[in-house]
Amino acid sequence: MINLSVDRQNAWRFRAPSVIPGFGITFGYTLLYLSLIVLFPLATLLWRSSELGFGGLYAVASEPRVAAALRTTFSLSFAAAFIDLIFGLIVAWVLTRYEFPGRRLFDAFVDLPFALPTAVAGISLAALYAPNGWFGAYLAEIGVKVAFTRLGILVALIFIGLPFVVRTVQPIIAELEIELEEASATLGAWRLQTILFVLLPPLVPALLTGFALAFARAIGEYGSVIFIAGNIAYISEIAPLLIVVKLEQYDFAGATAIASIMLAISFIALLVINLIQAWSRKRFGHV
Amino acid sequence: MSDILISPALKKTSLRLCGATEDSAFARKLLIFVALLFLLLFLFAPLVVVFIEATRKGLPAFLASFHETDALAAIRLTLIVAAISVPANLIFGLAAAWAIAKFSFPGKSLLITLIDLPFSVSPVVSGLVYLLVFGAQGLCGKWFSAQGIQIIFAVPGIVLATIFVTFPFVARELIPLMQEQGTVEEEAALTLGASGLRTFWTVTIPNIKWGLLYGVLLCNARAMGEFGAVSVVSGHVRGLTNTIPLQVEILYNEYNSVAAFAMAVLLASLALVTLGLKTFLEWKYADALSGRSRRH
Repeated sequence: MINLSVDRQNAWRFRAPSVIPGFGITFGYTLLYLSLIVLFPLATLLWRSSELGFGGLYAVASEPRVAAALRTTFSLSFAAAFIDLIFGLIVAWVLTRYEFPGRRLFDAFVDLPFALPTAVAGISLAALYAPNGWFGAYLAEIGVKVAFTRLGILVALIFIGLPFVVRTVQPIIAELEIELEEASATLGAWRLQTILFVLLPPLVPALLTGFALAFARAIGEYGSVIFIAGNIAYISEIAPLLIVVKLEQYDFAGATAIASIMLAISFIALLVINLIQAWSRKRFGHV
Repeated sequence: MSDILISPALKKTSLRLCGATEDSAFARKLLIFVALLFLLLFLFAPLVVVFIEATRKGLPAFLASFHETDALAAIRLTLIVAAISVPANLIFGLAAAWAIAKFSFPGKSLLITLIDLPFSVSPVVSGLVYLLVFGAQGLCGKWFSAQGIQIIFAVPGIVLATIFVTFPFVARELIPLMQEQGTVEEEAALTLGASGLRTFWTVTIPNIKWGLLYGVLLCNARAMGEFGAVSVVSGHVRGLTNTIPLQVEILYNEYNSVAAFAMAVLLASLALVTLGLKTFLEWKYADALSGRSRRH
């Protein structure tokens, strides 16, 4: 009964009672700062694009140059995230399960794309894959041109997305229970069967999350791509670059339209990631 | 313990049993080879090339790049921008983590999602939103320009865009860490008569200092290296609104490769120092960092 009355007393309270001071000022400051720095500017973008309406958004998105850039961005981001998925899994597996000299160093280096500023990555990738660069010269001999083509964009997006897959999958590989493998092996499964039917399924949610994170990052990526892409209209222009191009032409409405399309895609990716994680928590008990 | 109990003969059989749960030596070597080759080609090579290209024409040419007034101005501006935006997000991170981790209130997970929001916005879009707010046609732009304050194509715009893109770093490191630690120690300090501030400085801060440093480290690396968002709001005025990454772009587009890569060496070194310290913190103080935020 006493509990009930306390509950009723606090029913109108926003926060649960606590002896710890400072809720008002820290919570208020958090909301104020968040609103001023993040929410208000983003709301301005949404408000400006709502002025255009769906018709206006569609008109911009279906301009041939914009449509080509959006297609380039999405298809290459998807391809890069897929390649990251495969090699990220191998890298994560090798770094977690095997012992070899320099393992720690390689493990630390996986985070390089997070730490290296995108402009630096951009010019060094361009230098590597340029026709006279380290890799570019060899690739030119076999007739493959990477720099200033779509392939160059793909390389930059692979670079930028790899750590997302590795860092999402690694902890799950570390948690895999050896008993499951032993059970599978003693029950007569081939190693390949164990890998496919015992080891891989619990990794699926993490792999999907890593894929979605790499994909979302690739869609918005700008700095590392523009130096190697060559930025040829209709061929190797990415959507973020087109925002910059529109701004340079003082076409604020066009830039706003592309930005809100990209923002919508990132939010959908964020939603998908959350759904995968919710499903994974239910199915496997971890993220 | 089990090692001691198992006789050598038994151990041999158990080793063979282990073999069934391990990949064959060939598969193992192949996978290690593929993984390392991929890392070397895709991650290591781009890093090494920065240093090689910068010193292509010898050390004097490399060093001369830093005597340019524009280069020095870019370095100074980058330091100023980081010196404002990192503390701003540090204070916010502490406030947000205190409110979220030490109290319970409805809508908490929504608040955490909103704090993470800037990470899922493209850098170019982050710059654009500030252009829409503070630009000549923007909502607040007219008012500010009437007061004679220029924000876009000036330092304030660069600082704001940098604060936006580095917004979540400190908060997302501290929130899970402080949630794990709970409120018991603070409650003990308070019941023993310590004031709120004293509790914060002598109980909370020592508990979170390594996590705090970790967050600040990542925040600083991004603040100094941000390109896309800053590029949109900077206006690229040489010697005035160019940060190091923007200076890299300008020099590169002018085919001044050595100078561009010399500037890039600064940023690549910053990245290496950041990675080194980060790895050190993760290795030495793994318990004092939250387990959740290993990715950004």
